[in-house]
Amino acid sequence: MSNLEIKNLNVSINGTQILKDFSLTVPKGEVHAIMGPNGTGKSTLAKALAGHEDYEITGGEVFLDGEQIVGKEPDEISRAGLFMAFQYPSEIPGVTIANFIRAALTARLEEGETFKAPAFYKELYEKMDLLKIDRSFTSRSVNEGFSGGEKKRCEILQMAMLKPGYAVLDETDSGLDIDALKVVADGVNQMRGPELGVLLITHYQRLLNYIVPDKVHVMFDGRIVQSGGPELAEKLEAEGYDWVKEAAPAGAGA
Amino acid sequence: MSDTLAIENPSLEDPKIFQFHQEQAGLEVDWFKQAQQAAWARYLELPLPVRTNEKWRFANLSRLRDTGRFQPAGGELSQVTVDRIVKASHRFKEVAGRIILADETLAAPVELDPELGKKGIIFTTLTDAIVKYPELVQKYFMQQSPELGSEKFEALHVAMLRNGVFLHVPDNVEVDRPFVIYNWTVRDKGAIFPHTLFVAGKHAKATLIEFQESASPGTEHLVVANAHLFADDGAQPNHTIVQNWNQNTLSLQLNTNNAWSDTNAKSTLINVGSAQARQEVHGKIFGSGSNVEMYALNVPTENQEFDQRTLQTHIAPNSRSDLLFKNALIGKSRTIFSGLIIVEEDAQQTDAYQTNNNLMLSEEAEANSLPGLEIKANDVKCSHGATTGRINDSELFYFLARGIPRNKAQELMVFGYFEEIVEKLDNQELADYVREVVQHKFMD
Ligand SMILES: Nc1ncnc2c1ncn2[C@@H]1O[C@H](COP(=O)(O)OP(=O)(O)OP(=O)(O)O)[C@@H](O)[C@H]1O
Ligand SMILES: [Mg+2]
Repeated sequence: MSNLEIKNLNVSINGTQILKDFSLTVPKGEVHAIMGPNGTGKSTLAKALAGHEDYEITGGEVFLDGEQIVGKEPDEISRAGLFMAFQYPSEIPGVTIANFIRAALTARLEEGETFKAPAFYKELYEKMDLLKIDRSFTSRSVNEGFSGGEKKRCEILQMAMLKPGYAVLDETDSGLDIDALKVVADGVNQMRGPELGVLLITHYQRLLNYIVPDKVHVMFDGRIVQSGGPELAEKLEAEGYDWVKEAAPAGAGA
Repeated sequence: MSDTLAIENPSLEDPKIFQFHQEQAGLEVDWFKQAQQAAWARYLELPLPVRTNEKWRFANLSRLRDTGRFQPAGGELSQVTVDRIVKASHRFKEVAGRIILADETLAAPVELDPELGKKGIIFTTLTDAIVKYPELVQKYFMQQSPELGSEKFEALHVAMLRNGVFLHVPDNVEVDRPFVIYNWTVRDKGAIFPHTLFVAGKHAKATLIEFQESASPGTEHLVVANAHLFADDGAQPNHTIVQNWNQNTLSLQLNTNNAWSDTNAKSTLINVGSAQARQEVHGKIFGSGSNVEMYALNVPTENQEFDQRTLQTHIAPNSRSDLLFKNALIGKSRTIFSGLIIVEEDAQQTDAYQTNNNLMLSEEAEANSLPGLEIKANDVKCSHGATTGRINDSELFYFLARGIPRNKAQELMVFGYFEEIVEKLDNQELADYVREVVQHKFMD
């Protein structure tokens, strides 16, 4: 059962249902992309999986390698191995990137284990070099005054340091110029392997040229309405979402 | 000396306490004795503060009206206590000098790097300085006052003061290592009146750090402290007070920062201790081209009250002052910040800023903020502002989403919030110590 299994998930925000019997399984080792029009519930899915309290799960289950995560606290879900790269990462004044990642790693230490600062910095610098993040960033406050692209690279840096079993990347490509997109894609590709399952939320075929997905899913009105291979993304790029709406099963949409 | 006066209970209530206390001190310097006598008369004359006075608005006055039962500190301390205090008065690897006072008495000989002594630096107890350098001390002693409402307590301070520290850095002398004062309260119901006088000569540069602590957590104290900073032309003094008296202490801290031309004068208050702490700081800018910075980092918890009143008075043109007082309030604590910027008619091209931020970490805490401006010149840049906010939920979620537990996240956010002040301390060991005392407040 090495997978991220989402079964009939129903999520409401302030009483409005956004996710409707949403089901999807991402096996470990695979990269799945989700595409879908604005407001269809992609970020809602990401935040609900991460345990955000504003996103009320009214039904359904989520299993992380067989372990139920619905009802757990966000920090527990994270430590259980689910990483979420935010579409809009928060700025944290006064907390440096190094201290932030350090606190996240410290929270993962087993009883009796101690944090090893030299090894940490060595690895941090390696990953920063890989993601072309200047080393001076370690002493800058998390995301404060970062450009859009720098914020996204910082999300991937955190993912690289925390080594989750599964990652949900919410529009990590938006706001990136073409060079930054390649850098971020390289970073993700380097982590790709049998130990990682990825759910890639994007609007653009462009990202999928660099991170080639095993599967592409089309989301509409709170559920998956089509699944296929990478060719599905090309079809969306060429034809837009109108055909999806028409093809959506009865009950989806207004 | 005349026959020693005997009184039964040497508390501040006793009508003969002043005479008794002064005789016990036995300091035979006329101008100083006269200043004390005049101050005592003023103390008796001046009324207790009332809430209807704007300068005491929001303040809890009941404790201030009940100070009579305290006894001015004095007398011998046990060697065990002294040894413990001296051992605990060690926060820096290298210092320029160190003075440890326990109940206003030297707990160890004054330490001053002899090389610095040769350069003319004076770092000694105030009483020693009054005897050895009477004219120099007289030139600065009580020449400035915060003028922020505590005149009665200021008079009591002068009348009763037994000791303190005099730091005088002559013209053109720069010192990197800090001068450090440890001020301890020891005896139960003891009242102390420590006085710090920090004079930086022309183009002198020095750092003075003052730790205020109690030897035990359960004793009760009254502290009426003064600190006055004088920065001559081009001087760069940096003064920090870490107020960490025990939680049964009523403390008053009455300060002035006086800057002449082209100075860089910085003063920082760190507040964690006391049941109630009243602090008055008056930055006075007498010269042009100066930059006067006033900072405070306050972490009140439980039922603590921190009441801070400030003035930034620009008398000369072309100077800058920057005030940033940050509070993180926990439990049922209260803060009062009342700040005023005064720009005198001649002080054109003044840049003056005043900010008070309150981070509310509990529903029951209360932050009162009274910022103000009084501008008599027409070509100035001034701003003042106060913010009151809670932990930002999306920031908190960001921490949680990275696996950082809620309490750790809150602690890091508060550290982050205070980092702006901590980094201005310009001293790694002090910064680490301050982070440590702040962290302690979260563990209580
Ligand atoms: N905190 C919130 N409060 C109220 N409504 C919300 C909230 N978050 C999301 N919604 C609503 O839920 C719906 C789904 O939003 P969501 O952000 O999940 O869409 P999305 O698919 O990620 O869109 P995009 O492609 O623009 O990022 C939208 O109608 C949105 O307005
Ligand atoms: Mg979205």
